Amino acid sequence: MLFQLIRRDLALIARSPAVWMPVMFFVLVAALFPFAVGPDARLLARIAPGILWVSALLAALLPVETLFAPDQEDGTLDQLASRGIAMEMVALARIIAHWLGFALPLLAALPVAGLLVGLEAAAGWRLALALLIGTPALAALAVVAAALTAGLRGGGALAGLIVLPLALPVLIFGVGAGLPGALQLLGAASLVAVAVAPFAAGAALKGD
Amino acid sequence: MANTLHVDNLACQRGDRLLFEALSFRVEAGGALVLEGANGTGKSSLLRLLAGLLAPLSGQIEAPPLAFMGHETALKPRGRLLEELAHWALLDEARDRLAPAMAAMNLEALADVPCRHLSSGQRRRAGLARVIASGRALWLLDEPTAGLDSASVGLLAAAMAAHRASGGLIVAAVHGDIGLDAPARLRLG
Repeated sequence: MLFQLIRRDLALIARSPAVWMPVMFFVLVAALFPFAVGPDARLLARIAPGILWVSALLAALLPVETLFAPDQEDGTLDQLASRGIAMEMVALARIIAHWLGFALPLLAALPVAGLLVGLEAAAGWRLALALLIGTPALAALAVVAAALTAGLRGGGALAGLIVLPLALPVLIFGVGAGLPGALQLLGAASLVAVAVAPFAAGAALKGD
Repeated sequence: MANTLHVDNLACQRGDRLLFEALSFRVEAGGALVLEGANGTGKSSLLRLLAGLLAPLSGQIEAPPLAFMGHETALKPRGRLLEELAHWALLDEARDRLAPAMAAMNLEALADVPCRHLSSGQRRRAGLARVIASGRALWLLDEPTAGLDSASVGLLAAAMAAHRASGGLIVAAVHGDIGLDAPARLRLG
């Protein structure tokens, strides 16, 4: 059942015209930053992981209005619930599909984005590993925010306000991935987010 | 006990408005119940309660496996009709029942049409085909004939008769006649 839901979500993501938006946004931010910061390559290389983490976080939030709102509006959630499918399961499937849909392309684009902000190879690998560990948490938080704001007009902006504070631990440990213990803490924060999110999102979707 | 819908002392509140209370009824296998009443008297809410989409204020519901059709049709605008229905048939483990169900609602010619190009009546027929394909014993239909042409109303009546003949149950919220043979009636409000 979970597999079928994930496959369906992925098919819908692949069919959507917005499928390339997060990764294009990610690369565009990386391309813009050198212009904003100036030609100091050392400064740029030092803040590069932070830039890429923030753009990854915002990229995860881009599709937040399409994660649940259409399904609530067009009766898809009713159809799922009337089949006795738990909303927690629907949310878990969506977290996995959202992660596959935004984080994998983003990791694939990391070499390009890294080049644009002058990231060195060693730091690049560290960042790739940190993003691999941390992006599931970003997907989970985006899904929770999407579930909480599904019935609201202009829910996307509110979703941003919900997610950004909660994403702080992931951001802090992710950017500090080179320091001892930071990757483990990032993994812990990511695990907690992914474990709690389906229940939080499921509860939000069940509300009347 | 199988294939009987049993509702006992049900009450429903929406917001701070009590829609109904102390509602009890049974629908036996092969039976049909028509919910009547003016707009806003709780017909749709009762169907959503029966479908498990709303929690009752109080009371008990014992329902057999069910298929629900509300006002929304849960068809994604970019999907082709057959793909969309096949997804739900897959969840219902009913892939072999989908083709006859689409035939029963005269949808075969529309199989490759993207759902955004379907008229509201055609979407409605698709929603009904999903219910027919589901193979569930209890059909919960919210104004199933809204937007249907008379030929489609006839198709629906035939499908409902066949469902009841094979021991199925139907609860429908209606305005006017939808072609059910001798249904029980429940007036809300």
